[in-house]
Amino acid sequence: MDYHKYPTEYDVIVIGAGHAGCEASLAPARMGFKTLTLTVNLDHVAFMPCNPSLGGPGKSHIVREIDALGGEMAKNMDETMIQIRMLNTSKGPAVHGLRGQADKKAYHLRMKQVLENQDNLDLKQQIAEQIVVEDGKVKGVITKTGIFFAGKKVILTTGTFLKGRIIIGDAKFNAGPNQQYPANKLSENLKDLNISLRRFKTGTPARVSKRSLDFSKMTPQPGEEGLSFSYESDPLTGEQVMCYLTYTTEATHEIIKKNKMRTPLFSGVIEGVGPRYCPSIEDKVVRFPDKRRHQLFIEPEGLGTDEYYISGLSTSLPHDVQIEMIRTIPGMEKAEIMRPGYAIEYDCLDPEELKLDLELKKINGLYAAGQINGTSGYEEAAGQGLIAGINAALSLQNRDPVILKRSQAYIGVLIDDLVTKGTPEPYRIMTSRAEYRLLLRQDNADQRLIPLGYEVGLISEKRYQKFKEKLHKIEEILSYLRDESNQVNPTPEVLEKLKKIGSGNLSKPVKLSALLRRPEISYEDLREFTDDLPEIPDSVIEQIEIQVKYKGYIDRQLSQVEQFRKMEEKKIPEDIDYSSLDNLRLEAREKLNKVKPLSIGQASRISGVSPADISVLMIYLEQFNRNRSSDDGDN
Amino acid sequence: MDILREDTITAIATPFGTGGTGKIRISGPDAYKIGDILFKSAKNNKKISEQKTYTAHYGYVVDPKKNKVIDEVVALLMRGPHSFTGENVLEFDCHGGMTPLRSVLDLVLENGARLAEKGEFSRRAFLNGRIDLAQAEAIIEIINSKTDKGMDIAVDQLNGKLSEKVDEIKENAVEILAHLEAAIDYPEDEIEGFSSEKLAERLDDIKEEIKKLLATSQQGKIYKEGLKTVIVGKPNVGKSSLLNYFLQEKRAIVTEVPGTTRDVIEEYVNLKGIPLKIIDTAGIRETEDEVEKIGVERTRQSVSKADLVLFMLDISQGLTREDKEIYKLVKEKPVIVIVNKTDLNPKLSHINIEKEFSEHNLLWISLLEEEGLDNLKNAIMDEVLKDEIEADADLIITRSRHKNALKKALSAVKRVIVSHETNLPYDFLTIDLKDCLNALGEITGETVAEDIIDRIFEDFCLGK
Repeated sequence: MDYHKYPTEYDVIVIGAGHAGCEASLAPARMGFKTLTLTVNLDHVAFMPCNPSLGGPGKSHIVREIDALGGEMAKNMDETMIQIRMLNTSKGPAVHGLRGQADKKAYHLRMKQVLENQDNLDLKQQIAEQIVVEDGKVKGVITKTGIFFAGKKVILTTGTFLKGRIIIGDAKFNAGPNQQYPANKLSENLKDLNISLRRFKTGTPARVSKRSLDFSKMTPQPGEEGLSFSYESDPLTGEQVMCYLTYTTEATHEIIKKNKMRTPLFSGVIEGVGPRYCPSIEDKVVRFPDKRRHQLFIEPEGLGTDEYYISGLSTSLPHDVQIEMIRTIPGMEKAEIMRPGYAIEYDCLDPEELKLDLELKKINGLYAAGQINGTSGYEEAAGQGLIAGINAALSLQNRDPVILKRSQAYIGVLIDDLVTKGTPEPYRIMTSRAEYRLLLRQDNADQRLIPLGYEVGLISEKRYQKFKEKLHKIEEILSYLRDESNQVNPTPEVLEKLKKIGSGNLSKPVKLSALLRRPEISYEDLREFTDDLPEIPDSVIEQIEIQVKYKGYIDRQLSQVEQFRKMEEKKIPEDIDYSSLDNLRLEAREKLNKVKPLSIGQASRISGVSPADISVLMIYLEQFNRNRSSDDGDN
Repeated sequence: MDILREDTITAIATPFGTGGTGKIRISGPDAYKIGDILFKSAKNNKKISEQKTYTAHYGYVVDPKKNKVIDEVVALLMRGPHSFTGENVLEFDCHGGMTPLRSVLDLVLENGARLAEKGEFSRRAFLNGRIDLAQAEAIIEIINSKTDKGMDIAVDQLNGKLSEKVDEIKENAVEILAHLEAAIDYPEDEIEGFSSEKLAERLDDIKEEIKKLLATSQQGKIYKEGLKTVIVGKPNVGKSSLLNYFLQEKRAIVTEVPGTTRDVIEEYVNLKGIPLKIIDTAGIRETEDEVEKIGVERTRQSVSKADLVLFMLDISQGLTREDKEIYKLVKEKPVIVIVNKTDLNPKLSHINIEKEFSEHNLLWISLLEEEGLDNLKNAIMDEVLKDEIEADADLIITRSRHKNALKKALSAVKRVIVSHETNLPYDFLTIDLKDCLNALGEITGETVAEDIIDRIFEDFCLGK
């Protein structure tokens, strides 16, 4: 095809402006690199094609990590959300999870504006069709309208656009999310570049109109005061919207069963692999026949619209069956569907194509983030987008990439899982995937990642100093509480006060920290036992209470991390040819050759690599290193 | 993967069954901490950690909980980096034979060390630059070697039974964990959680089951003392030859404990991983008329304590009166009838002998020609694994590794119970429950992480 070279040459070109694409664009631009963002449709920047919400356990952790690394998602949400709650408050501090309802339109518009106002960033409506690669190195992108944009790095954040196909019962058509124009050529182009692709599936429920719903038959789910996603935002104030809870009925299930053979999932129309954690209602009814009802959350899509999202009712049933089914749900007897639910199939990368820095193994300078990597969810996408954007920029600066450790961030767990273990289905983050869950709390994402964000150049000096003040304050209070001169003595007066709080006896003098360790005693309660307890902000109190109350558990996880640290840091040279290592089992050789782990720690997580293989590999490495250093010595 | 840990490892560093003393080697950051807990000097109160490198100290290994001396030992210190592994190394030269040696190992494991993997000392040595490149291949060979020529087949079979039991306990724990994790990761979904009481009950079940298993390790007589195997038969039938065959085959005298009379010899032999304590009733060499009096009494005594009797016949002599007398003594026991000297002319037909001993396992061998001996070994293993003897062998914890894993699992589940009793949130229960599962997984060789996520989606209908 004829094409014309665009006059500006870019450092970074991002294909896609969804949640991954926006972060992937902002990071390099903010780090000073000329960045271009291409999107199929400018009216869909940071669009939420599925649920109108962010967060939940694991996911809200990622949003806070993005914030601590200098990303935009948390702030964009805080600016545009219309309800927020904290989930899981009874299950331990590490698994608390924020859940916010977004105003979809406002979310999109605000993020679009952030991109538009960002220095070094150009945002253009263009359909990318070809990645230009020379000698295994990326050179730029050619679009449908025949423009060649030259770029040093290209980041793929194509979501579900690659050969997207929407399925509603028997109706099937090629489309991206929400019936947008799909990216067919780019998919072919990737295949031509010898990139291995596979097909995944996901889905979304119908949207119904507000005035056709009877909320009086549902349970209201109100928001809470005093919460925000970003560490820098003020809590959401003012009136919040209401969500509602209702349930499917046996009549709903009957309709689904009756029409089982008309559902694409069971009739074989859908070929892609769907996620287990985001099952369609037909899947749930068939797999769990004993469950008499499934809960549904009814959530507004925004303030300026009547559309409501039915969370829990994702489906690819024929449109007529959807209508019939929805009307069996309490409060939805007269529901009018505005948009039917649909399943969407799309091409995505086999994650074995990826390195831990999210660059593709086969093509220098080409990165990928988000759903194209086999994940699912806005938050997972944004987290990867940020890392891909940062690493593309760091590479231009000739600096080492950011590879977050599993003990450091959920984003690290996510990327390591993808790259090291692969995923047979669209991957969703879960707190149970993290082995050091207690260390990866949503309350300490700032402590885990702000220093890194600062080092990379995405956290301002001002914010960094403010963060250091907080750290300093925490240290100061901890040493105050552990100071023996502030001990509490078991005087009758003290015993009386303890009794009043409902706390147990005291037989000998104890430090304030020992008192605080008691589950029933809060930081403010300590005021009863000391005159000069410092006044501190809630965010510091939270840290003090967690660090004191759960110290034993936290220390144990820290010591586990420490025990494995050396192996995580033991690097494996990228050019090692495993097929020549005869003493490794064949399966191990093949797996290692595919994944090409960067460290012994990563190698140990590859399925099919045994402890004995790792032992042998370590000896090879030592041999290799000694030979290399003796070679160096000869020169 | 444990081998990635920077931790302290230990093992019996002398091959199984090479004489009366044995060496326990401990290497890693906590070697001297463990030494301080277990070692009492015979001379003074100096701690191991205060001793100089390359010194030897005479004293005792004392069980700190029971304050009981386990063995008399010489402790050797080699501080890193100038030690075999390049790490802090402590060795106990133990003198009391196999049983105390194992007890010392158990204590070291209980107090913070982990059992070393194959070749792990050498691997650490190599990685710490203590071994030169030329030996790398040799270390790889150790790591990749199959366990000594199938020596552990029997143990593996016993472990199979243990694994079944452990799997049951694991299943119980996985179910609970999947519940907790599903509730944590899907706070908005309806998950029929356990009531607090139900959870306490389920956790208690796990604790009791692990305790039961551990109890069998205390009575694991076969593991501790060996399978008491008595060779009986009239003089010259080939008893000593059989014993010698076992001994040369496995070069395996652990101890030579003189019996109550000088005539009864007890030897330890390692047969495919099962220690056999072979009692050779070699003293029955009295005159014809005295067989009744002395010999029979001695044989009776030995046989009464035996787990297994190897009753030997000489085909070239047929069945004599003595044979029949001896058979009377042993027939109620688990018996393998061994017909020796098939290289000579038989005095009695095979059929007749088979008829006579139809209810027992009967084997034909020639010690002279070394024929039929593999069959014999297999038959012994079969007997070990057969129900009668199993009363003892069933589910005995045959290895320190397993016992230690069970102890870890037990203390982990105890922590879960305490956390639950003090109303700590679910997240804290999962931490120790995972530890418990991982410890159990060390026995069955599986890791937990992936299982749990699969399990969550199998058991619960989750997601929007």
